[in-house]
Amino acid sequence: MVDHARNAAAFVSDIERTRWHDQALWFVRQKRDRAARSVPEWEKLRESAQKVKSHTLAHLGHYLERFEANARANGIDVRWAADGAALRRIVAEILKEHGAVRVVKSKSMLTEECGLNPHLQSLGIEVTDTDLGERIVQLAGDHPSHIVLPAIHMKKEDVAALFSKHLHTDPGNADAHYLTRAAREHLRQKFLEADAAITGVNFALAEEGGFVVCTNEGNADLGTALPNLHIACMGLEKVIPSAKQLGVFTRLLARSATGQAITTYTSHFMRPKPGGRLVVVIVDNGRSRLLKGRQAGALSCIRCGACMNTCPVYRRSGGHSYGTVVPGPIGSVLAGASDVEKFASLPFACSLCASCDNVCPVRIDLHARLCDEREEAIAVPDYAGKRAGLKMAAFLLRHPKLYEMLMGLARAVLPRLPRGLLYNRFNLWGREREMPIPAKKAFRELYRERRCRRR
Amino acid sequence: MGKRVGLFVPCYVNDFYPEAAFSTLEVLESLGFDVVYPENQSCCGQPFLNNGMVYDARKLAERFVDIFADFDFVVAPSSSCIGAVKHRYDGIVKDARYPLLRQRVYELCEFLHDVVGIENLRFQTPFRGRVGLHNSCHALRELGLAAPSELHIPPFSKVRAVLSKIEGLEVVEPSRDECCGFGGTFSIQESAVSAMMGRDRIADHRTNGVDIVAGVDMSCLMHMEGLAKRDGIPVRFVHVAQLMTGRV
Repeated sequence: MVDHARNAAAFVSDIERTRWHDQALWFVRQKRDRAARSVPEWEKLRESAQKVKSHTLAHLGHYLERFEANARANGIDVRWAADGAALRRIVAEILKEHGAVRVVKSKSMLTEECGLNPHLQSLGIEVTDTDLGERIVQLAGDHPSHIVLPAIHMKKEDVAALFSKHLHTDPGNADAHYLTRAAREHLRQKFLEADAAITGVNFALAEEGGFVVCTNEGNADLGTALPNLHIACMGLEKVIPSAKQLGVFTRLLARSATGQAITTYTSHFMRPKPGGRLVVVIVDNGRSRLLKGRQAGALSCIRCGACMNTCPVYRRSGGHSYGTVVPGPIGSVLAGASDVEKFASLPFACSLCASCDNVCPVRIDLHARLCDEREEAIAVPDYAGKRAGLKMAAFLLRHPKLYEMLMGLARAVLPRLPRGLLYNRFNLWGREREMPIPAKKAFRELYRERRCRRR
Repeated sequence: MGKRVGLFVPCYVNDFYPEAAFSTLEVLESLGFDVVYPENQSCCGQPFLNNGMVYDARKLAERFVDIFADFDFVVAPSSSCIGAVKHRYDGIVKDARYPLLRQRVYELCEFLHDVVGIENLRFQTPFRGRVGLHNSCHALRELGLAAPSELHIPPFSKVRAVLSKIEGLEVVEPSRDECCGFGGTFSIQESAVSAMMGRDRIADHRTNGVDIVAGVDMSCLMHMEGLAKRDGIPVRFVHVAQLMTGRV
């Protein structure tokens, strides 16, 4: 089982770094607030997005078929992958057909989810992540800790050390411009040499049979510009009815993600380029199962990362503490729904503050979803102790006389106990805090006394 | 005879913070309400709802409805318990009296603002000074007692509006309206993150130079109080009702 609390405690133990991580992401959250306030109808826009998504999910089969038919009519090859293995196989086959050995890939959490990179690399194919943050974590042999800011767990100085090893930069120079220029030069070469491009899909348009990829670095465009082969990997929840609804989402996405009015590049791919091949692989990998369950609403997510930036727990525990591809509130919902045994700690990695609900551009009630998931999570063997303790508490609370008696005992005994006995290793509250002191008389008692006096 | 108000006192308030409950009682009585504290009350069931233990939550929720169904109003010095009763009993409690009850259940400031009306409030207490207001999550985001910073809606705060009726009180708020990290069993299960969240809130309040922090949820305050005590930070934590009665 992923033990979020333990991972989080390890992260928090470096308090300076955690504070920096918290402040960096809070800064993004504040940028998001300002961007949202620049749109008078912001809350209406979120409602519209929620409606479009829930309508599309309710008719998902219909819209996916429309998308497939219209994309085919545009000359796009459409393939279906039931799971990660199928995606890996399909992509490898297509690359082989084209004799492609050097691939440039723009950001795609789906390919991360399906383990595409290691698979292709095992077949001798070079895959270069071209999103700067993703390239950084790729060079570090690491995983993204955030879906929009993959390398947010690393400081400039860490990147300087990393680049000096791989890109031969000056290890003492942690200037962001300097490092970005070095990455840029390095990536230009990769773009020039590429035989194929792989991208994700932000929005697939059923009516038009095309799709949209949003990036800030233009790396999807650069990647797809030269090679004749473009493979786009798309989760099946990415479809929306038509371009008519697209504006609702492009207005929300970048504002929610980074506080920009719109992503720097919003690229529309409607057909293969002359002489080229464009393939869209539509991936299920557990999504249709999710659609049938009580967490279906989580499929509305447009992967903006706003719930992570606002989450006080995420900001203080880091993305890797979740042990998932998608971390934070939405990641916990998705992981819990896919494998409750393995991810039972994630629904509890939440103080139920509900801030995520309020920033979610498609209004997923994330904290309520997490609370729902606790029903299954509390039943896993790891939480047998917690469950038993709560059961006992519930029993006492149903018997107020007994409860009062025990509290009376505690009132008498607790103040006399030596500190060492009270603050033992089982006292989880006392690890970080002092215990509250029971009042000399409980309110119940004071109330009784007052009533007697008044009679 | 005034309208009958059932006073709900959360279990930990009853045992650890009777002053908060007593102040609530006094404020309501001073406004002419006939306040009754049913002695067989215990818990609203929230801790069990929050831990996915529906069976146990239901038992306690049913008790709550049964005990409080016949009052004109039910008031509690807690937004999170009231939030649970108001918004989370659906599908849990089948009692036919619940739909009516949920409309008559209030957090104290909400009751003073929405039912009594702030024009009818005036608190004169010997207390003078600056107080940091802790906005608890359930007050902000579940009961809607104030506008949370995430939403693009006009700013308002029912709590501040009520507190503005306390003479000589200056209310200041921290820079972030972020969770203090209590979160019920979260505070022990995720102790490290919880503690850092609480310490960050305390530090935020301290930059405003306050040595009293007040709020509508003693649970959040209990957590921050424990941290401040451990760290030797001289801040006191009181319920807003105590500001109204001067029992500070």
